[in-house]
Amino acid sequence: MTADVVRVRDLVVTVGAKPLLVDVDVTVHRGERVGLIGESGSGKSLTALAIMGLLPEDLIPAGSVVVTGHSGGGVQRVTSVLEAGEPALAAMRGRDVAMVFQEPMTALNPTMRVGAQVAEIMTIHRTVPDRGAAARRAVELLDRVGLPDPADAARAYPHQLSGGQRQRVVVAMALANDPALLICDEPTTALDVTVQALVLDLVVRGVEARDAGLLFITHDLAVVASVCERVLVMYGGRVVEAGEVQEVFTRPRHRYTRGLIGASDLDLTRPDGKLYTIQGSVPSSGRFPAGCVFRNRCTHATTECESLPPWQGSGPEQGFACWHPVMAS
Amino acid sequence: MTGLSRGAEALLPPPGRRTRRGTEATLLVGGVIIAVIVLLALVSLVWTPYDTGEINPSERLALSSDRHWLGTDKFGRDVFSLLMVGSQTTLLVGLVSVGVAALVGVPLGILSAMVPKWWGEVIIRANDLLLAFPALLLAIMLTAVHGQGVVTAMIAIGIATIPSFARVVRSGAIGVMKTEYVLAARAAGRRPLAIALRHVLPNVASLVIVQASVSFAIAVLAEAALSYLGLGAPPGTPSWGRMLQEGQELLFVAPRLEVFPGVAIALAVLGFNLLGDGLRDRFDPRLEDRR
Amino acid sequence: MLLRIAERTAVFLVSLGVSSALVFGFMVLLPGDPARVALGINATEVDVARLRAEFGLDRPLGEQYLSWTGGLVRADLGTSYISRAEIGPQIADRLQVSLILVAASMIIAVLLALPFGTLMAVHHRRASGVVLSAISQVGVAVPAFLAGILLISVFAVHLRWLPSGGWTPPAYDPGLFLRQLLLPALSLGLVQGAVLTRYVRSAVLEVLREDFLRTARAKGLTPLRALVRHGLRNAAVPVVTVLGLQLATLLVGAVVIERVFVIPGLGSLLLDNVGNRDLIVVQDVVMVLVVAVLLVNFVVDLLYLAIDPRLRTASR
Repeated sequence: MTADVVRVRDLVVTVGAKPLLVDVDVTVHRGERVGLIGESGSGKSLTALAIMGLLPEDLIPAGSVVVTGHSGGGVQRVTSVLEAGEPALAAMRGRDVAMVFQEPMTALNPTMRVGAQVAEIMTIHRTVPDRGAAARRAVELLDRVGLPDPADAARAYPHQLSGGQRQRVVVAMALANDPALLICDEPTTALDVTVQALVLDLVVRGVEARDAGLLFITHDLAVVASVCERVLVMYGGRVVEAGEVQEVFTRPRHRYTRGLIGASDLDLTRPDGKLYTIQGSVPSSGRFPAGCVFRNRCTHATTECESLPPWQGSGPEQGFACWHPVMAS
Repeated sequence: MTGLSRGAEALLPPPGRRTRRGTEATLLVGGVIIAVIVLLALVSLVWTPYDTGEINPSERLALSSDRHWLGTDKFGRDVFSLLMVGSQTTLLVGLVSVGVAALVGVPLGILSAMVPKWWGEVIIRANDLLLAFPALLLAIMLTAVHGQGVVTAMIAIGIATIPSFARVVRSGAIGVMKTEYVLAARAAGRRPLAIALRHVLPNVASLVIVQASVSFAIAVLAEAALSYLGLGAPPGTPSWGRMLQEGQELLFVAPRLEVFPGVAIALAVLGFNLLGDGLRDRFDPRLEDRR
Repeated sequence: MLLRIAERTAVFLVSLGVSSALVFGFMVLLPGDPARVALGINATEVDVARLRAEFGLDRPLGEQYLSWTGGLVRADLGTSYISRAEIGPQIADRLQVSLILVAASMIIAVLLALPFGTLMAVHHRRASGVVLSAISQVGVAVPAFLAGILLISVFAVHLRWLPSGGWTPPAYDPGLFLRQLLLPALSLGLVQGAVLTRYVRSAVLEVLREDFLRTARAKGLTPLRALVRHGLRNAAVPVVTVLGLQLATLLVGAVVIERVFVIPGLGSLLLDNVGNRDLIVVQDVVMVLVVAVLLVNFVVDLLYLAIDPRLRTASR
């Protein structure tokens, strides 16, 4: 097995006394593409921000998050994110781990030319000899992500580009320093369907070319199926199921995973002709029931579900936590 | 944006949104300060501890005591009584000038939002131009021609305050004009005046109230400055700004004569500012609830 | 871009024209005869008529307006009704003094507002931020001339560290010039600084919530560097607006402060001639102040274009 680029163990994030994430385990190996799925409010984005060390001030994390950078240039940098100070985190962000955010319209600084924004990430980390080299490399990167007239595009301000073009700029920026791990937080949700595939392709080819790990957050199961090899299903601030994409999507064990797949499969209809849905809606943060977090929406819940279901499986990378799993058939 | 003078700053978005608890505290403190000042002004209409017209050389520059809570001035007049009567001038000038400004500014703002776009632009550009004449400058100009007086001060401050009302009301009214119910009223053939009175005015009322409170603070400042310069309240009319002017020559002997009216002015301005901020947040539906 | 600049310039020129008409109108159309006002109530009809003829006050109003504005364009502001002195050079002298005072106050206000406003925004949930915010709220409520009086009573009367007023040209005695400038500049600067601080705070608070600031952190910038490199320029648009408004406020506020500190600036010239009833001087000084205010506005408009590239193309 190859080395892991990020290893999250027993991550708990609380605000005041309210838990937002509980016992989250995430591992991404070098060159591996991992999906993180779940409805909004399940804690996917928080997990990503915790890995980046960018949680809002009033959220308190505990547990361990270890990021291992590339061994390029001899020294391999290992960062314990939750313990590290701001300088160490700043050195890690944008170098060992890079992130693509959901909203390309607001993720770029409106008063700075996009070329300069791409070049900046290289000058911050001194991965290029000087400013001139950074500017040239920025144009090259913009070309690589398929912007027409990359030299012109570098001189443009964000408002002069379309949403898809901006997101490509963000991807170029994220890949500029050849990070060991790329985190994408719903990178295509805000884009037109026609542009989505293009951006996804850029992301996949980008991480493959760099042998980087990818943590891909989305609620779109089809995207996960086409991009990722492994998947983690989150609900109520917990990982409820994990495994190979193929395995989880064809033979889900957790009732929530089952519901998610049923709800997103348009070919599958109930006997009355309606689409499958998960009943009820996601409770607001900290309002999840004790025991199995899904039990108040689960049709199979029993009194047993009032206690916490144990993790069943070969390890944090494969398994599920459910008292009444879907039978493996 | 063409905007000038202290009044124009009130046109900008409010500094920082507050939490609900902060809003209540702001409103309470502002409200209490203003209530006390209004109460003192009302009481002074019928009763003051001493007659402020009475000159009493034997008690010149007395310190604070049981007889004179805040001491006396160079004529032996009771400072507390002077402050009480002075609050009448402050409130009267504020009330009339803000009233004049609202009476002209509000219809102007609504009009500029309801007439065809091009005409609206012309109105608001002309309005902005008036912002180049801050209250103080306008008052000095009018005084030069007309002579000093409370009325001149009120008119000058009032005219200078018109643009901020027109601006605020216009932006609110433009929003209202786009709503479904106004479209429905227009489709039903309602006359413009009826729409203005029935739909637009009630919906911009909260903006007007907030603006009035903020403008009041600015008017208090302007009146104090004018009276201090000897261009506002004439000699013999008690006014906080005038007290500051009369006390300045005694700064070496009795600095307290500057402190008391100074604190009164600052409190009045603070009170109206807090009231305005609090009301703005109270009317603002986007108010964030603290977790 | 060029189109935007041309548009702003046109607005500026039209504003100049209209406001000169407004100033003229305020002075002339109001009841009262400048010649009679200047000569006082004891003047004979003959004297008044002679003065009217001398200064062209008997000509039609339109002609008077054109000759006045024509003079303004040629920087000829006419002569005083009373002292018969040329007004232009007087105003130029006094304007210099006022501009030094305003510039010094502005520097104090900005030096105060930028760090404190930013600090208040960054710490807006902590006690230190709330306390600073309350202090600034009180500072906003104190009129500048009152701050001046209080500063005099502390630093000039009690401590005797600084002079209580007066003015010395910087070339004559730089040390005394600075000592005399400090208190008036502080009284204007502290109060304007308090106002500005509140706007800096809100602008920085807005920017701190922006996604691109998170992007900047994700690139590996420390919070402070992210704010400085990416935040401040974006926070600058609302702050520049207030700065422009404040410059105008300061120009007029200086009128009062000059009276408090006995400084021979434009404000003193204005007030003295209000007292003398020399209306043509008043009219000229007011016009100069209004032009200054409009000029500041024009510059602010151009600054927007420099700061925010979105405004260069999109119509606001």
